[in-house]
Amino acid sequence: MQMTERKIRVLIGKPGLDGHDRGAKTVASVLRDHGMEVIYTGLHQTPAEIAEAAAQEDVDVVGLSILSGAHMTLFPRVREELVSRGMGEILMVGGGIIPAEDAETLRNDGFARLFGPGTNTDEIAEWIATEMKQRFEEEGDDQ
Amino acid sequence: MTVATLKTTPERLLARDRRALARLITWAENAHPRFPGALREIYGHVGRARRLGVTGPPGVGKSTLCNGLVSCLRERGSEVGVLAVDPSSPFTGGALLGDRIRMESHTKDPGVFVRSMASRDSHGGLARAAVDACDVMDAFGFDELILETVGVGQAEYDIVSAADTVIVVLCPGAGDSVQAMKAGLLEVADVLVVNKNDAPGADRLVSDLEDAVALRRESRDGWTTPVVRSSAGRGLGLEDVLAAVEQQRTFLGSAGLAARRRKMRVAQVQRTVGELLVQALWSDGCRVEFIKTALASGRPPYDVADEMRDQIL
Ligand SMILES: Nc1nc2c(ncn2[C@@H]2O[C@H](COP(=O)(O)OP(=O)(O)OP(=O)(O)O)[C@@H](O)[C@H]2O)c(=O)[nH]1
Ligand SMILES: [Mg+2]
Repeated sequence: MQMTERKIRVLIGKPGLDGHDRGAKTVASVLRDHGMEVIYTGLHQTPAEIAEAAAQEDVDVVGLSILSGAHMTLFPRVREELVSRGMGEILMVGGGIIPAEDAETLRNDGFARLFGPGTNTDEIAEWIATEMKQRFEEEGDDQ
Repeated sequence: MTVATLKTTPERLLARDRRALARLITWAENAHPRFPGALREIYGHVGRARRLGVTGPPGVGKSTLCNGLVSCLRERGSEVGVLAVDPSSPFTGGALLGDRIRMESHTKDPGVFVRSMASRDSHGGLARAAVDACDVMDAFGFDELILETVGVGQAEYDIVSAADTVIVVLCPGAGDSVQAMKAGLLEVADVLVVNKNDAPGADRLVSDLEDAVALRRESRDGWTTPVVRSSAGRGLGLEDVLAAVEQQRTFLGSAGLAARRRKMRVAQVQRTVGELLVQALWSDGCRVEFIKTALASGRPPYDVADEMRDQIL
């Protein structure tokens, strides 16, 4: 068998109670347009549900979006759920209205990048693509 | 380091480790060099799960129906693995895998595993790795596997060589029975489901399909395809669909099932040999050069092809 070009698989999750998923859907379709395979799990997911879906789907990236302001409780809980499933190495990014000091805390807590509301979506896609390309090269056949 | 990390991925799969299950499907999907060896290790455990295919045009409610069927199967105590295929964009290679969102209610159930897969460069309604993924889930120990195809148009029948039983889902408003016949969907169906039975036009579609089935001179294996109604969106008719599937399984019997599965494996090996030969053939650039030169001298294409075949065989 010949190894096929490795696709980047991304899960976009919306933990918590806010009902606004336009941003999440926009990002999902922009990532798709950049050649990624994107799973959007829908509104009102618990951290455990998002992590379990990410584990079953064996995604390379988890992106979370929250607009309600609950990111400081929910983002780290998703991360804990992922770690407990042996997925601590996964690339995690977040989006929403996140003040600078919160962003700093989250970055120390395993979130590689946090994107504010005005971020250009193509930039998000390009950043993820570059980051994953490097990771895939480091992994080689050792995935 | 725990003992678990010392074991190989196939060993962990057979020990029912869900991370290993997810990872082996990824290996299959990426044609990872370790996958053939891994399959060899687990292949003795493949064959116990029943494989149910769900196909039909886009948007008829395949995923919603799968979700309902999973619930019914869980009530009967079966553990269920689902593989849901959605199309890749031919332009960017990306994909939005949207089937899972209809099955989210099962995410926390440890007796259910749902995996989304993009069709990538396959055009038969499934992904190249779909059968491999089913083999992996089968070896893991699920009782039932459900495979959802992409929304099919007029010529995507890979499901026939991947599932023991094929459900074709149609719904009122998404084309009439003539279109379903033209597309060959009636021939691949072991069970026909008219979903969205709550929507106008369902009665008409059911009676048209019943007529069409009655007109067919010979059905696959001599089984008469039943037409079953469901409103998967409302959780209605799911037990009827499952009952029809069970009748078909009884009709097929263990010998019929074994015959179908043999056919599927032969088709899989033939397909793989074809792919391997094509790869080997064109990896040698001289052959393309030969073609270019021959064509440049004005020879017609079939003469060039014949000569090349004679050279190779
Ligand atoms: N009225 C009605 N709508 C339904 C029913 N079942 C599903 N739907 C709706 O039909 C739409 C498509 O449902 P899906 O289950 O995603 O259909 P699908 O065939 O899997 O779609 P693709 O995978 O994109 O081809 C959704 O909006 C569902 O809510 C039903 O029984 N009645
Ligand atoms: Mg679907």
